[in-house]
Amino acid sequence: MLRWMGKFKALIMLGIVTLVLTACGKENLTALDPKGYGAEKSMDLMILSTVIMAAVFIVVMLIFTVVIIRFRRKKGQEDFIPKQVEGNHTLEIVWTAIPIILVFILAVPTVMSVFDLADEADASSSINIEVTGNQYWWHFDYAGEEIQTSQDLYIPVNEKVYLDINSTDVIHSFWVPTISGKMDANPENTNTMFIEAYEEGVYWGKCAEFCGPSHSLMDFKIVVVSQEEYDQWVEDMQNVDPEVQVEDAVAQEGQELFEANNCMGCHAIGSSPVAVGPNLTNFANRTTLAGVEDLTKENIVSWLLDPEAMKPGNKMTGNYPELTEDEAGSIAEYLMQLSHSDITPESASN
Amino acid sequence: MSIASTQKRGFGAILWDYLTTVDHKKIGNMYIAAGAFFFILGGLEALIIRIQLVKPENDFISAGLYNEMITMHGTTMIFFAATPLLIGLMNAIMPLQIGARDVAFPFLNSLGFWLFLAGGLLMNCSWFLGGAPDAGWTAYAPLSVVSPGHGTDFYVMGLQLSGAGTLMGGINFLVTIVTMRAPGMTYMRMPLFTWTTFIASVLILFAFPALTVGLFLLMFDRMFGSAFFDIALGGNSIIWQHLFWIFGHPEVYILILPAFGMFSEILPVFSKKRLFGYTSMVFATILIAFLGFMVWAHHMFTVGLGPTANAIFSVATMAIAVPTGIKIFNWLATMWGGSIKINSAMLWTLAFIPSFTIGGMTGVMVAISTADYQYHDTYFVIAHFHYVIVGGVVFGILAGLTYWWPKLFGKVLNETLGKIAFWLFFIGFHLTFFIQHFLGLMGMPRRYWVFLEGQGLDTGNLISTIGAFLMAIGSVVFVYNVIITSIKGEKAPADPWGDGRTLEWSIPSPPPEYNFKQLPLVRGLDPLWIEKMEGNNKMTPAEPLDDIHMPNGSILPFIMTIGFTIASFGFIYQVDHSAWLIAVFGGMAIALGTMLARSLKDDDGYHIHKEDLEKEVD
Repeated sequence: MLRWMGKFKALIMLGIVTLVLTACGKENLTALDPKGYGAEKSMDLMILSTVIMAAVFIVVMLIFTVVIIRFRRKKGQEDFIPKQVEGNHTLEIVWTAIPIILVFILAVPTVMSVFDLADEADASSSINIEVTGNQYWWHFDYAGEEIQTSQDLYIPVNEKVYLDINSTDVIHSFWVPTISGKMDANPENTNTMFIEAYEEGVYWGKCAEFCGPSHSLMDFKIVVVSQEEYDQWVEDMQNVDPEVQVEDAVAQEGQELFEANNCMGCHAIGSSPVAVGPNLTNFANRTTLAGVEDLTKENIVSWLLDPEAMKPGNKMTGNYPELTEDEAGSIAEYLMQLSHSDITPESASN
Repeated sequence: MSIASTQKRGFGAILWDYLTTVDHKKIGNMYIAAGAFFFILGGLEALIIRIQLVKPENDFISAGLYNEMITMHGTTMIFFAATPLLIGLMNAIMPLQIGARDVAFPFLNSLGFWLFLAGGLLMNCSWFLGGAPDAGWTAYAPLSVVSPGHGTDFYVMGLQLSGAGTLMGGINFLVTIVTMRAPGMTYMRMPLFTWTTFIASVLILFAFPALTVGLFLLMFDRMFGSAFFDIALGGNSIIWQHLFWIFGHPEVYILILPAFGMFSEILPVFSKKRLFGYTSMVFATILIAFLGFMVWAHHMFTVGLGPTANAIFSVATMAIAVPTGIKIFNWLATMWGGSIKINSAMLWTLAFIPSFTIGGMTGVMVAISTADYQYHDTYFVIAHFHYVIVGGVVFGILAGLTYWWPKLFGKVLNETLGKIAFWLFFIGFHLTFFIQHFLGLMGMPRRYWVFLEGQGLDTGNLISTIGAFLMAIGSVVFVYNVIITSIKGEKAPADPWGDGRTLEWSIPSPPPEYNFKQLPLVRGLDPLWIEKMEGNNKMTPAEPLDDIHMPNGSILPFIMTIGFTIASFGFIYQVDHSAWLIAVFGGMAIALGTMLARSLKDDDGYHIHKEDLEKEVD
């Protein structure tokens, strides 16, 4: 008897630990605290299914416990031969019928929500953004606005935004857990998904389909801002002039190096179809460098000197002229000047 | 001097015996030994993965090596550990349960084993030859097509070889069960383990060809410049996912159904009560297998197949919960009113019920495609399928091994060590995987080499790693138990549990090479139990004592396998230098030449004579 009590204690402890951890999850990363349409739909079904499953589990465990305690062979029962029961029709029908009913209860809302999330009726009247996965970064093309950016996706709050997702190389998957479930970025077709965020803020996005050595470093962000801020941001982005000279002397040197080394061959600044590497418009306002690192001058320098160390398997390594530390420093200084809008991730968080 | 030379000859003779054997019991034991070896290998890879994830942004191993680890862990555990361990048990036990003297095609059985072993070893050679496969065990195109080096080539050829072996095994079991049942052993009197072997073999027969096709396409894309998966040239990479999962989902049932069968054998014996609802158990098994072919796209909810496909595959997947639920309740009802003896075989079985129930329930949860948009490719899915594969299949294998160990090797495993191993493994298992459900939902995708600091994932990952080490210690205790038992254990009688119900417990432990001196007459389900209840201590023979026809051993399967392996190396390296084509043609010549030799030379086997049989004591 005591042994089984001990086992239950362990189970209860496990339950408490899990509850604590459930509450934890990082804000704007966890799927357990949804702040968007898709994530909320998923959460509703998670809760419904968890409740049903927990009920079934409790029933199974009750029978299980009773059976083990009551029918365990005791001393002196070694020769006891139990009645050999073949089966019981009533019981068997009961435990076939009840699961069928439970499955039906789950199936109806599932089918409804699947079709709801695939609804494309509003696509033509909404913001449409082409999302392209690359090893190992994300490109965003605001088709209607003629804006191209990468890594940080700006969208207005409480507004349906349609994403046309594809890939240029292997399969990736676009996932922002707090706002919506994931959708694969396939090289052969475009998948459409809409997202709608309910709160302003900066949300973590992750690549969720295994895509190579730096799969775990392919993070991105969705920056959700108010409608006014979004309009302002769009205007700022449309007016970026890549030719404009920076003022600081070191940065100017960096700009010259940037041009002399033909960095624009891969990295566009401003609206441009070039997307071999990440578009660097508004680079200074990025949340991170290379997806996961802090955006500091030191980090940019170490990236420029040895990208492989930060992101194994990236496409930049070996495909640009070698730079001295000073040159890298100047370019970093230049890149840190590329602030094209006052609408920043900070303004979304406030 | 003379003693030493005798011993030397003795070892050589034993080696030769195993290289040439066509005895299903010896082949079964070799499957189990090889499966255990690969299980330990896969386990070490798992520990390395867990060490890398013990803390955020760890640099224990590089990203490239980490990807090789996860790929090899998954591939090894599924193809070279779980599958062979189960096929080994099927091989050793199923013929005994139906009262047969061997499988239908003993030569093919041997070939199947050697091909599986060659495939497993070939793939692991890649560690020493420039790097293991690194595109995940699912090897999704185009990542697997562009993966540099020869790693993925080893994956393709290794799986192709071992897949052919498994397919042979499946066909062999099917024919054996259809044609070689003892007199009176009707289909509806077959033990559940034999039934699940039968159904799993049907699944092998229909599922493995899909994998074979996929692997051929991948092989030609990588080695001969075709473009099945190359989008730029009009190919399609999604087709790989379909082919892989049309195989991959039934594969899950190829693993879990035999485990179900083993639990259905163990529970009645240690409850002293016949299996509750035998008929519904059989039909639930068939239904699960049938539905198992209808649900592959639930691995692909986020691919963008559209709402109609997602809805259909959601509902079809949920439907599997119904027959699975029937099984769980039947097992509980089997114990109800019984006289339950809890030993280590039974502990694994009892622990299976709650563990697998959790795995089955999260299975229904991931079947809801709207919710799966969140679960997919995260640690939630990792947790789900480890609850199914470890809590179901591995618990089943360990239960089955403990239960049949005396029949396989003539000695009962030590109970105390068995229980220690169980508790360590059981607690470790739940520590490792329960928390991963939450890690997934908190935003940790699977196959992440590092997770970032300050994302609330630290504690969960630490707990998970601690659990993994407990499982490892449990496994070590189990292996120690095997070693100590083989040295010190006492010889087991024919029916060491005292309550054996099926035919394998009516013959000596381990059985003689011909299994049954006289084929038994089967009078119902649980034939030995029926005889016991009527006061007979043994089966009634169905035939007079007579000469027994036995197949001859043969080295040909081994040579054939060597040929195929040489050809595989040739295929892999001919990309670098066409001189390797010599290996391709040479290897194939050896293999085909051996086939020709086998076809042209009559091999009538031999007879064990009646007089010799009479001399042997029961």
